[in-house]
Amino acid sequence: MTTRTIEILVGIFVALGLAALFMLAMKVSNLTEYSDEGGYTVSANFDNIGGLKVRAPVTMAGVRIGRVTGIQYDRERYQATVAMTIAPAYDYLPVDSHASIFTAGLLGEQYIAIEPGAEDETLRQGGRIEHTQSALVLEQIIGRVLVSLTTGGGNGNE
Amino acid sequence: MLGTLQRLGRWGLGVFERLGRGHLFLLQTIGCLGVIVMRPRLVIRELHSVGVLSLLIIVVSGTFVGMVLAYQGYITLVRFGAAEALGTAVALSLVRELGPVVTALLFAGRAGSALTAEIGLMKATEQLSGMEMMAVNPMQRVIAPRFWAAFLSMPLLAAIFSAVGVMGGYFVGVGLLGVDGGSYWSQMQASVDFHEDVMNGIIKSVAFGFVAAWIALFEGYDAVPTSEGVSRATTRTVVHTALAVLALDFILTGLMFQ
Repeated sequence: MTTRTIEILVGIFVALGLAALFMLAMKVSNLTEYSDEGGYTVSANFDNIGGLKVRAPVTMAGVRIGRVTGIQYDRERYQATVAMTIAPAYDYLPVDSHASIFTAGLLGEQYIAIEPGAEDETLRQGGRIEHTQSALVLEQIIGRVLVSLTTGGGNGNE
Repeated sequence: MLGTLQRLGRWGLGVFERLGRGHLFLLQTIGCLGVIVMRPRLVIRELHSVGVLSLLIIVVSGTFVGMVLAYQGYITLVRFGAAEALGTAVALSLVRELGPVVTALLFAGRAGSALTAEIGLMKATEQLSGMEMMAVNPMQRVIAPRFWAAFLSMPLLAAIFSAVGVMGGYFVGVGLLGVDGGSYWSQMQASVDFHEDVMNGIIKSVAFGFVAAWIALFEGYDAVPTSEGVSRATTRTVVHTALAVLALDFILTGLMFQ
């Protein structure tokens, strides 16, 4: 085989390898989501964040508008402080918006859903969402259901 | 009693001597790595025999591994009604583990053994000494280009393996088993992290490439210059590379995915 053929084949090989890497980056992994870095950061305090993780999605009406960028424990309020970065395209969130932690599906990952409020003033960089709703912890719900079931059964016996 | 102790000691010394020779060999090779700048043609020719010619087996086994993963994953996942997570299962197992490890094992069998045999035979027919006689440094002319070729090929081959495997999984999962194509990709993208998973897989394959190249070249260079010696060295290359890759994979996985 001539040197030229060999070099062309090696060129194809390297190109294939790089194309595979590119595919792994773009099609298989979530690298494309990193392109929307930036935006403004707001924080919210929750009594219980359940299994919320950094980089979990922040959604409004089910549409992803940002990402959780930090979770810390607030020593003074005994609450969790969640920092989230919201894309600059969504800079019209009213200050009295409501943030809740939901679970995608029964056992899926947890995310923050924001419901817009009614104020004219909008959230800015460093703003804080005051109205929050904690994550539902499955054990607590089961506990409550059990309690209501047993008390209900007791009433029936009386 | 003393005789047994002596044999044990001789064996231990032999192991340490070989380890020492191996590391000296590695240092010498690293000293000659500038060859890629000075004579890139040599590296390209080796890339052909090491990388391009391994492409077929890598593509075929990547496709089949991906397809089998999809089959097995589907059977387990569909029981929990989570067949949509098939893309995640296939992609994570390929990118994190199977891609780098299986590629390294195949590479040891396909390219590593060939490198060892080639260099061992060069030594047996005294071509290496002949080069030294002509004031050509065999480390620079023979070893370093092959080292570069193996080292560069491995990450590319592993990436091709994973990419082709994901396609194979798509073919079986979506084409044959009827998983929704959109959720195959979107669930995959939602759970596979570029830095955590893809990058760590690439780092693994780079480490495996280094080890595979080192073992194959050293076994050839250190082979007893007889036909039996070369045959033994070739066997050792495959066995030692496989063991080293598996051990290294365990350590790297422990470090990366805590």
